[in-house]
Amino acid sequence: MLKPRYAWLGDKLLWAVLLLAALVFGLPHSEALFASLFPQLERPVYRQEPFTQLLWQHVLLVGASGAAAVLVGTLAGIWVTRPAGRAFRPVLETLVSMGQTLPPVAVLALAVPAVGFGELPALIALALYGLLPVVQGTITGLQAVAAPVLQAANGMGLSPWQRLRQVEGPLAMPVWLSGVRTSVIINIGTAAIASTVGAKTLGSPIIVGLSGFNTAYVLQGAVVVGMLAVVVDMGFERLARRVDWAH
Amino acid sequence: MIEFANVSKTYGHTADAPKALDDVSLRIGSGELVVLIGGSGSGKSTLLKMINRMEQPDTGTVALDGQDMVHMPLRELRLRMGYVIQSVGLFPHWTVARNIGVVPTMLGWKPERIAARVTELLSLFDLDPTTYGPRYPHQLSGGQQQRVGVARALAGDPEVLLMDEPFGALDPLIRTALQDEVKRIHQASGKTIVMVTHDIDEALRLGTQIVLLEQGRIVQVGSPLALLSQPANKQVADFIGRSDVGIKLLSLQSAGSLARVEAPQSTPFLPASASLREAVSTLALHGCQSLNLLDDTGAHAGVLHATDLFNRRHTGSLPLSDDQGQHA
Ligand SMILES: Nc1ncnc2c1ncn2[C@@H]1O[C@H](COP(=O)(O)OP(=O)(O)O)[C@@H](O)[C@H]1O
Ligand SMILES: [Mg+2]
Repeated sequence: MLKPRYAWLGDKLLWAVLLLAALVFGLPHSEALFASLFPQLERPVYRQEPFTQLLWQHVLLVGASGAAAVLVGTLAGIWVTRPAGRAFRPVLETLVSMGQTLPPVAVLALAVPAVGFGELPALIALALYGLLPVVQGTITGLQAVAAPVLQAANGMGLSPWQRLRQVEGPLAMPVWLSGVRTSVIINIGTAAIASTVGAKTLGSPIIVGLSGFNTAYVLQGAVVVGMLAVVVDMGFERLARRVDWAH
Repeated sequence: MIEFANVSKTYGHTADAPKALDDVSLRIGSGELVVLIGGSGSGKSTLLKMINRMEQPDTGTVALDGQDMVHMPLRELRLRMGYVIQSVGLFPHWTVARNIGVVPTMLGWKPERIAARVTELLSLFDLDPTTYGPRYPHQLSGGQQQRVGVARALAGDPEVLLMDEPFGALDPLIRTALQDEVKRIHQASGKTIVMVTHDIDEALRLGTQIVLLEQGRIVQVGSPLALLSQPANKQVADFIGRSDVGIKLLSLQSAGSLARVEAPQSTPFLPASASLREAVSTLALHGCQSLNLLDDTGAHAGVLHATDLFNRRHTGSLPLSDDQGQHA
């Protein structure tokens, strides 16, 4: 066992973050490595935009679309589990799962004629695409709260709002969070494809590499996207431990 | 005072749905400990839930202190009533202390006052506050959870306490201790308590009034003595159990009530507050004819003779002592 003083050395999340940073800062200086791996390529390292910038834009796109998906999805999920919105639950569930069935590329392609090329269609497509896991997580989490607990809350005089905020919310939180986690992780991958409609993301080296037969670019983009997904997933895992009331 | 007037209720809307309550009229006086008893599905829980409007009557009215409850603000009504639900329903993400403090918190008590109240209630129910206060419900046994459920219902010092089979999951020893505790709380506070049980002995032990339900109808309302000595019909008699009615009657009366003022004899001792049922048991155990009775301080309080027990001529109006408590 490590001594407490060096406990941070055992922190996997920290190492993953350091590795991601090493990748985005180190790739521009890895000319020699990729030149030896891919001797046939004239420019073996992607330099159209710095990887730091691509990472930042990727995170921004996933963050903004994720925030929208979480906000809308959570509110919708809460609404259809209240007496007022209960009737709309089947409709909502059908709608979001239909949206999920469409391949992400198709969603992107449909967004372009509506709003043009650039960041906006990517944002819309990702937000729509991330909705389903959030809605499902919200509904499943709220639905799983035991009936006696709700009965006790009502019987003791908690208002509907107090019940939601103090009892149902915290109890549904772990399942809700796993929905958000799925949504965000899926969209880290989907955001890579979003560079096909003109959004600058970590997918750009991949797309450029694929169309120009530059395998080194594809590799570089894929490794950074993969590492980002690993970091975010580990972050969610840590968060999940904090909101887990079942200890 | 809680008053049911011609209350009927059917769950669901199919034509063949049975009536959960069928034209029930009942008056529950302030300070009574009313026990609702009956077979499974007889409507006990439904009747109880109408008192805090967890369920609404289809027809008829439920009034609190003369006022129809339909017109009362729901939250204030529920905050005035403690409620122990049948399956406990503690909040699993909160500590025991926070569970108990939920109603005081909503009532706006100061944190110190809430903490003091939590400590007081945990001690009352024989749970060490420093050990159990910080625990989570899943770290407690079923019996401990039920005790916390009752403590939580009492926390806001409610005028009315509603309990739906609060001692269901308890072993007999703890059950008896908690029954004594409820009885003590009732006598000390004068709260109105309405309690559901399917255990006739529990009903006889605790109730000032017993309401016997069958298929949503009230079959009989009366004191434990009235139920035992004058069952309204064959079903009531069956429910109470015919073979040991005599024994049950003995459990309603204290040994002290038949004491003769005599000097102590060389016979076994019994607390005067013990029931005649325990007296019979002790007499049989020792194979003797009389018992020395002791008061609360352990002083001599007369002699109980076996002959007095069996020569008692009861016409349905036994002299009932106030203290029916049983002591081990
Ligand atoms: N929420 C409910 N939905 C449908 N039927 C119910 C519901 N609650 C109770 N009932 C029915 O109403 C009748 C009375 O139930 P209840 O009051 O719970 O009886 P008890 O508490 O005496 O066992 C039973 O037939 C039961 O099946
Ligand atoms: Mg019941």
